[in-house]
Amino acid sequence: MISAKKMPITKRPLTKAGSAQENKTGSWRKEHPVVDKNKCISCSLCAKLCPDNCIYMRETKKGHLIAEPNLDYCKGCGICAEECPVKAIRMVKD
Amino acid sequence: MPLKRNKQFISGSQAIAQTIKELQVDVISAYPITPQTHILEELAQFKEDHQADYEYIRAESEFAAASIILGASAAGGRTYSATSSQGVLLMMEVLFNASGLRLPLVMTVANRALSAPINIFNDHSDAMAMRDSGWLMFFAENHQEAIDLHIIAYKIAESLELPVAINVDGFIITHAYQEAFIPNRKIIESYLPKYKPIPNSYLDSNRPVSLGGYYDSVHYQKTRQELSKDIQKSQKKVSQEFKAWQKIWPTKKALKSTYDDGLIEYCGPKKPKAILIALGSLCGTIKEAIKSETNVGIIKIRSFRPFPKDSLNKIIPINCQLYILEKTIAIGSFGPLYQEVISSLNHFKGKATNYILGLGGQDINEADILNIIKANRS
Repeated sequence: MISAKKMPITKRPLTKAGSAQENKTGSWRKEHPVVDKNKCISCSLCAKLCPDNCIYMRETKKGHLIAEPNLDYCKGCGICAEECPVKAIRMVKD
Repeated sequence: MPLKRNKQFISGSQAIAQTIKELQVDVISAYPITPQTHILEELAQFKEDHQADYEYIRAESEFAAASIILGASAAGGRTYSATSSQGVLLMMEVLFNASGLRLPLVMTVANRALSAPINIFNDHSDAMAMRDSGWLMFFAENHQEAIDLHIIAYKIAESLELPVAINVDGFIITHAYQEAFIPNRKIIESYLPKYKPIPNSYLDSNRPVSLGGYYDSVHYQKTRQELSKDIQKSQKKVSQEFKAWQKIWPTKKALKSTYDDGLIEYCGPKKPKAILIALGSLCGTIKEAIKSETNVGIIKIRSFRPFPKDSLNKIIPINCQLYILEKTIAIGSFGPLYQEVISSLNHFKGKATNYILGLGGQDINEADILNIIKANRS
């Protein structure tokens, strides 16, 4: 990441990279997804379809991949719950 | 030292494609549309024959093509695209983004009428649809000028961080054959070196930056006004670059010009009674028509954006008859060129008449031009 002082002389509307880390947007939602770890079959369809790109496939100690929504950015749209082929994700009111 | 030049008898599309091949472009993406298709076909053929080393990315629409070159430019590449008519309209969202992000895109617009009713022939409706998008807009009169303007466009775009559209009349320039001289890579490189983006101003995973974040009203207004001001100020740069290229690659003109600063070209007497103002290939017809007229001049607007306000004030006498001929209909209003000319003139007291003609490829011949002059004289 480059500091503000090192910004180049350009007319382009540049901002420093990675500012979304400071600007958490999870508070916009009304519902959040809850993953049933026993039902999850590690297909990662939810991670691919998440419009906010906020579902991570985390590896468990046993070596399985389990969906893990990042609630700092999840807007609660429910696409993951709708698309999950084994219905391992359900939406719960915040 | 006299220049060794190969004269070619060539179509406008071939001329443009061959020029782009010599320009060391990194990424090309476009979607075919009449009358621009030949440019793409030529460029794809060069790639297929291993004569060129650019990336040629096929797109599923004009919107995608424009987005691809916007991305490539944001990642620090020199890019090229070409489109026409409905394609310009489909690209519109990306066009506004490109100028707002200050990316030096260069695009050819093969001017064609807009639907509906559907029509594939030449007028300037598509160009005028993008006139407020923040792109610089040049109009070429003939093949040679199209070649020259493409080279100058890259130089201006990259030094001012502004996108440039070069308008060539569909069919009249793109499909017709004319003699032209295309400079080779070595000559172009002496004028336009390989593109090097400003460090840290482009997307690079080793030195990450964000481009085009959210601006609130205070910063937004300031940025947009700065863009507008920069375009108005670019008149000087356009003029400079045009003259610099003319020295390297001088072109012979059919009619000797009385005044030419790159932004406009004036042919005619020093104190004209009447002046015709037009864009693009129509100027060639007018020049031919007024050859025997002693007190009629013609102004060719080569650069529509930046609009050559100062040059027009310098050339147009206070009391003079102006005929503003244009191939665009601004539905329910005056022609765009007429509006621009009239609002640019500071002390003009003469009469200005607006003629909308040549829509949808309607032929404008020399007799039509003479009729306009004669009708107003009697």
